Amino acid sequence: MNGMTKIVKTIAGISFPFIVIYGLYVIAHGHLTPGGGFQGGAVVASGLALILVAYGSKWAATKIKEHDLSLLESVGAIGFITVAFFGILFGGVFFSNFIVGTDLLFGGIPLAGAADINTGGTLPLMNFAVGLKVIAGLFGIVFIMALAISKKEESA
Amino acid sequence: MILEAIHIILPILIIISAGIAILLKDLLASAVAVAAMSLLLSLEFYILQAPDVAIAEAGVGACLTTAILILAIKGTKRMEEEV
Repeated sequence: MNGMTKIVKTIAGISFPFIVIYGLYVIAHGHLTPGGGFQGGAVVASGLALILVAYGSKWAATKIKEHDLSLLESVGAIGFITVAFFGILFGGVFFSNFIVGTDLLFGGIPLAGAADINTGGTLPLMNFAVGLKVIAGLFGIVFIMALAISKKEESA
Repeated sequence: MILEAIHIILPILIIISAGIAILLKDLLASAVAVAAMSLLLSLEFYILQAPDVAIAEAGVGACLTTAILILAIKGTKRMEEEV
């Protein structure tokens, strides 16, 4: 599958950073505002799909392999479950929020009203893990679909 | 008053765009109609005070589903055949 015209490529290149930064914002503020790992990951995957459609799957296949996307998705899942098991080690129970109330990163206690970003304990870490998994998974679906169609076009 | 009007108009627009998506024979235009339906549905979720669901619907429904549908149309045929 070849890329589109120069106009589409330029507009996609301009709007891509804004989409990705908005998605990362939704992931990072998942414990404070609406949204979270899945929602922000879906927004970032939308931006990546925009670049894939604008530049074509041949160009994208030179930049990333589907094996790497599969690896990233597994890293997200393993990170999520590792944080959950650290709850047994440090807090006593599965999914225990052992970071909140300490001096570590994200260690603050969220209060009512406008809360600080540096709160929430394990929730931001889990949001990052879920976000990574959703980015890799949803973009992987679109990428495999585009690769399969370009292979069909080559054989035809 | 304006909010009540939006609550009445938006579901009607959603049903109209869903009907257009079924009736069109050009599948590419049909995919765009499905994307419009998803965007209006996310707006409806937002005014029903579910911003969480609205972001997920706008990301998955309006963008990723449309990309997958357009890629699938590129791999098959564009026009729907008469049965």
